[in-house]
Amino acid sequence: MTTIDNGVNVQALLDAREVLKGAPEAAQFTWRASSRWQNGVHSTTTIQNFFGLGQEQSHKRETVFTADHPEVFAAEDNGITPIEYLLVGLASCLTAGVASVAQNRGIQLRSVESTVEGDHDIRGILGADSDVRNGFNDIKVTFTIDADASQEDIEALVAQSQKRSAVFDALTNPTNVTVEVA
Amino acid sequence: MLERGEVANSWRHERWDSLRLLTPNWQSRLPGHRYDGPDPDGYMTMGEVIEFIEHFAAVSRSPVRTGTNVTSVRRTDDGYRVTTSHGEIGCRAVAIASGACNQPTVPQFTDAVPASVVQLTPFDYNGPAQLPDGAVLVVGASATGVQLAAELKASGRPVTLSVGEHVRLPRTYRGRDVLWWMDAAGVWDQRHDEVDDLTRARRLPSPQLIGSPERSTLDLNALAAMGVELVGRWAAVRDGRALFSGGLRNVFSLADLKMRRLLDTFDDWARAHGCEAEVDPPERFSSTHVPESARWQIDLRSGEIRAIVWATGFRPDYRWLDVPVVDAKGRLRHEGGVVDSPGLYALGLPVLRRRKSTFIYGVEDDAREVIDHLAGYLAARR
Repeated sequence: MTTIDNGVNVQALLDAREVLKGAPEAAQFTWRASSRWQNGVHSTTTIQNFFGLGQEQSHKRETVFTADHPEVFAAEDNGITPIEYLLVGLASCLTAGVASVAQNRGIQLRSVESTVEGDHDIRGILGADSDVRNGFNDIKVTFTIDADASQEDIEALVAQSQKRSAVFDALTNPTNVTVEVA
Repeated sequence: MLERGEVANSWRHERWDSLRLLTPNWQSRLPGHRYDGPDPDGYMTMGEVIEFIEHFAAVSRSPVRTGTNVTSVRRTDDGYRVTTSHGEIGCRAVAIASGACNQPTVPQFTDAVPASVVQLTPFDYNGPAQLPDGAVLVVGASATGVQLAAELKASGRPVTLSVGEHVRLPRTYRGRDVLWWMDAAGVWDQRHDEVDDLTRARRLPSPQLIGSPERSTLDLNALAAMGVELVGRWAAVRDGRALFSGGLRNVFSLADLKMRRLLDTFDDWARAHGCEAEVDPPERFSSTHVPESARWQIDLRSGEIRAIVWATGFRPDYRWLDVPVVDAKGRLRHEGGVVDSPGLYALGLPVLRRRKSTFIYGVEDDAREVIDHLAGYLAARR
């Protein structure tokens, strides 16, 4: 049997699953981002630290995300729009899931590509029609996967990836959000 | 043998009127006692199940003490002290056969449902006449949910069905009952120590099946064709609105893929065992049709939904068991029915020893092995 390698350390994940079964408190993570207004609708958000496994943790380096609106919104377009960041999150989460599930199922991946489209009626955010919601109406993800597996096995990979995806869950199910002024 | 009510009590009092067994009559068998009527492929009504079990109790001369409710089981130095509504019993060993479906489970947010909406569990539900006229929201698409959704829709009520992860099965495949295939291909005999993920196997929801004289399939496509509206898993109530998951398409995909894999194993089995000629040609069923746009919220204060039926599963009730063998999730800690306390045993729980453990005919093999262990335990301490 040839060893397949998608670069995912599945054993570490399976071990973590066993350990955390008996230690739910260590499984509590808090992800954090800090944002600063620049000018207009342009802002920068930095991410470096988070909490998990019972202590403060840190990414290897700080990442800065720039958000703005495009010129058709009469803005300077210094970066992508905030709602586009949701597409980034969804695509990267599902892709990570595909790789992990494939590794766990012994499927060698050669390429995994996806396109994500979010349909958005901007009359909602403009207040032009109170019946239109602010967020996406529909999101469509299309995967193109080249792997040593049948079409059915590939479909199963993508289905399982959605089943275990944090961002898919966060987008498809309601979440309590508290926004306060410090 | 202690029975809180009458023989076949839960079949008498905890089932809705129209329910029939999901297993065909020929599969309804107990040691030395089997269905011998004219319709081996049919499904017993509740009245017939009660009669079947009563008859078995009589012919097997089971020493049943009816009307004897167990209120406590405690460990003693040499066994157990069982407190019942008719006094105490001391014994060296106890076999728990009280089942896995003693109480309906409902989500926590039932409290947030407006009081104007009637709420029922399958234990409260007998038939459509009990519900107010108007639309019903059935929550859960396992065997109970799909059956009640179909029955309520047939009664003339608009029905919305909230669908989470589910197990899709055709009633018949290649001309045989799907449970014939499960039995023949050895799926039901798969042992607890052979199953990949035992925790998941034990939590598997009941398949979307109904026992009807027409032997019809009752999957989500059948319900949609009847006019039942499908919505995603009910995730929360916010400001009096039911909010459903937008992940409906994926629960369809998961169930379609799993069903196809299972049918492949049946085909493989038929080929390998030279049964191709005895059964019809392979069939493939269309994928679950995704609605153009599934609603993801319903305002429960609007008066549209008059009643909610919670078909969200059942759990065992061990409040009477004063032995520390129940885990944080309310499940009995046991290894193939040998409970984590000397002399304590269990039968009739999901995948206790085999996938068929919870079926009427499935308990026999388990019982033999569990009782062997029990007899060995008693002999060693004689």
